[in-house]
Amino acid sequence: MLYRTAGQFKTSYQADQALFPVRQDAVLLAIILAFAWGGLPLLASEFAFQTLLIPILIYSLAALGLNLLTGFAGQLSLGTAAFMGVGAYACYKMVTLMPWMNPVVAILLSGGFSAGVGVAFGIPSLRIKGFYLAIATLAAQFFLVWLFEKWGWLYNYNASGAIQVPNLTMFGIYVSGPQADSRVQYYVVLAVVMLMTWMCINLTRGTLGRTWKATRDMDIAAELIGINLMRSKLTAFAVSSYVVGVAGALFVFMWRGAAEPNLFDIPLSFRILFIAIIGGLGSVMGNYLGAILIVGLPVVLGTVPEALGIPISSATVEHLNVMIVGALIVFFLIIEPHGLARLWALIREKLIIWPFPH
Amino acid sequence: MLNDIFIKPFIDMVEAPDFLLQVLWEGLVSGILYALIALGFVLIFRSSRIFNFAQGIMVVFAALTLVGLHAMGVPAWICVILTLGVMFLLAVTIERVVLRPLVGQPDIILFMATIGITLFLIGLGEIIFGGENKVMITEELGIPTDSVVLEPWGGLLILEQKDITAVIVAALLVVALLLFLNKTRMGRAIRALGDDHQAALSVGISLQQIWVLVWFIAGIIALVTGIAWGARAGVSFALEVIAYKALPVLMLGGLESITGAIIGGLLIGMMEKLFEIYWGQPLLGGNTETWFAFVLALIVLLFRPQGLFGERIIERV
Amino acid sequence: MDGAMRTYRNDEKEGAVSDTGYITADGRQIGGTLMELRNITLKFGGVVAIKDISFDIREGEIRAIIGPNGAGKSSMLNIISGFYTPSEGELWYKGAKRPPMKPYEVARMGIARTFQNIALFEGMSVLDNVMTGRLTHMKAGIASQALWWGRARDEEIANRAVVEKVIDFLEIQAIRKTPVGRLPYGLKKRVELARALAAEPSMLLLDEPMAGMNVEEKEDMSRFILDVNDEFGTTIVLIEHDMGVVMDLSDRVVVMDYGKKIGDGPPDEVRNNQDVIDAYLGVAH
Repeated sequence: MLYRTAGQFKTSYQADQALFPVRQDAVLLAIILAFAWGGLPLLASEFAFQTLLIPILIYSLAALGLNLLTGFAGQLSLGTAAFMGVGAYACYKMVTLMPWMNPVVAILLSGGFSAGVGVAFGIPSLRIKGFYLAIATLAAQFFLVWLFEKWGWLYNYNASGAIQVPNLTMFGIYVSGPQADSRVQYYVVLAVVMLMTWMCINLTRGTLGRTWKATRDMDIAAELIGINLMRSKLTAFAVSSYVVGVAGALFVFMWRGAAEPNLFDIPLSFRILFIAIIGGLGSVMGNYLGAILIVGLPVVLGTVPEALGIPISSATVEHLNVMIVGALIVFFLIIEPHGLARLWALIREKLIIWPFPH
Repeated sequence: MLNDIFIKPFIDMVEAPDFLLQVLWEGLVSGILYALIALGFVLIFRSSRIFNFAQGIMVVFAALTLVGLHAMGVPAWICVILTLGVMFLLAVTIERVVLRPLVGQPDIILFMATIGITLFLIGLGEIIFGGENKVMITEELGIPTDSVVLEPWGGLLILEQKDITAVIVAALLVVALLLFLNKTRMGRAIRALGDDHQAALSVGISLQQIWVLVWFIAGIIALVTGIAWGARAGVSFALEVIAYKALPVLMLGGLESITGAIIGGLLIGMMEKLFEIYWGQPLLGGNTETWFAFVLALIVLLFRPQGLFGERIIERV
Repeated sequence: MDGAMRTYRNDEKEGAVSDTGYITADGRQIGGTLMELRNITLKFGGVVAIKDISFDIREGEIRAIIGPNGAGKSSMLNIISGFYTPSEGELWYKGAKRPPMKPYEVARMGIARTFQNIALFEGMSVLDNVMTGRLTHMKAGIASQALWWGRARDEEIANRAVVEKVIDFLEIQAIRKTPVGRLPYGLKKRVELARALAAEPSMLLLDEPMAGMNVEEKEDMSRFILDVNDEFGTTIVLIEHDMGVVMDLSDRVVVMDYGKKIGDGPPDEVRNNQDVIDAYLGVAH
């Protein structure tokens, strides 16, 4: 009933192509956004910012970047973490070489470096398909992490081999480094993530999105109807790596505060892949649902047994968590291979035609 | 600089041929193990179009089970039999719980499911056996641990007997597998399934049985690999990372070729060792083995997209 | 004109076709040569799929390629659409020799096609599928697209209007927001035609447009093909198995067998050609 679309008529193509042709969707989003900007920051504790809100947003963005490549353009990548690393190291180099630079500008620019590296490692996709390509992206994964470790210039030859985020200010307020307030960082992350999401939605519903989806669904047919596959794939690598790189910069500058090369190792790549899959490949919203699940689950697992008075060691919790995530992936693939986003779409469809079954 | 890249390494090789042989031998032994893991992949891929990411963790899981059982006081050889039983159970469970409900889904979904299995097994293994490093029960299994010392050209070449054993056992396993695939009814059924799923089903081959069988064989291969590698480097979850090396082997050899997997494995094992010793350590700061195989495979694929042993595909509309 | 051209002319029945076009049986004026294939040969390794075939396609005509299974019809279509590069021979299009090109470049020269086994983008809605047909006409930059502002938005609206016309024309308004995966076979074929038409091609290649259809669907499809030709003046090249349909629809027919051309001309003439009758009835080679 809430979702009845009767009476909402479109009188122009422009209206039909609006971001939210169904009024209820816009209302729902407005409520969520109002909550994210106004409600949550008032209610959340430091713990909630650091373990839930900020990481969920950053992981969502990284998964969104991966989803552009894998879900929309159909090019499976197992090297996401390395591209996050490129973004993070690029951002670190920029703010240490040019300390006057606005940190948010630096974060947005750092994606450009990872886009460049992404295109370079995307070139094999012109000749290699499917699983072969997935393995090829592992070359990027292992090579780049090795490079982060061996190329001292990247981390300014620190003895520790790690990068430490400096205290950076924007309009006189600390936004990164040990002095920054979680709430400020949350707002910065939220703003960047919102901006990127909006642009990604626009890209995926327009010409580029259709080019990518055509490449994904049937590359031969796509080429025969006039799509330049090389351009299509390389733009997918570029845009995807850009978004992933920005997420990587946020990851280190707005959340972790420091990073060693092995932070960007393969487990992180997989983590982001899971978020994208459980959320739903080929969906924008799914990345948020997936991130909430994957980031939220360990927190729930860590706090619930304690609250119930069941004694479990933290190591066991971690292992249980890995096991449950594994089982969940299989479970979700079996009940709905298209992820949480599809589940929501089905519910929404049912709501629109409610109370009739068809 | 050019001298360091193009000339000096080769002079080093010629000046100390015994050392070169040692490097190649080490590479060969690693290569055999890569090939074994790759073989597990190929078998499952041929019979079910599943890219089984869990092959690596199956190696770890088999080795952990073996060592764990022995720690409980079970005699070594009974441990092997029990572990085989566990691997069979695992195969049945995976077929029932994961594969059967997912029949007919796109490849990528099945691939993801095997990543799910991987995570599940990592968590399960850590809970049961703990995360710490363990020692393989090499001597208890009757594997000799001495070394053979040779002196070619008056130099020194040390061959560990357990490595020699690994090479021999691996070779026997491969021969047995090839015989099984080519000479037995079940083996032929597996190959038929690889060629055409529906056609195989229509002549009365049971998908379920074959899948259990294939996953069980992959489990056996995993156990052998686990023992061999465990004897060299101990048993831990780090083994899983080594299993990633089987992936470039697959790229080189082609996902469906058994010969490709073996040759690719040996090639990559030896080349990455050579590169590490003669170029990686002196010029690049070492540890190049983490990526060399992938980059090599990538470059080869750029020129031969079908891999070294795959057939060229004519695309049709 | 070079030698190849002349030999080809000599093969033709004099008077049936002239440089300035001809008048069809139903009285339509057909224009000059749009495409000309000269001595095309296609080999896969040792297999010769097409052997020394020449024919022309004229502006505004409906040209059929028929022949038994394995005659090389689809390969011929694939050569025209640039998917295969001929081993020998030349292809002239709009008066110029066409160099070897990628399929997408061919598509951008105004040649659109449909496929024997439907090749729609299953993950997209009907509307989006048809919109992909307009991709060759959309030029907005990535920044404009990301911001949904300026050129990208204008193009999106303008091209939507073109696409809606095609959707109206093929009577698929009701399903425009349905994912194509859910559609029945006959409708999918129609959506595929819509996607090709949306490109506003000067030449439309149809690979067995009526395969697997029932009589009613075939009649619908035939009507659409004639309407397209009539209304937009689109040149149509089609491969079809159903002889009745081919003879009714087409202005001229090329008959192929075992990779060779065994007949070329108006339907009635081809029908009475002894080689063609043999090929279809199966005379020992």
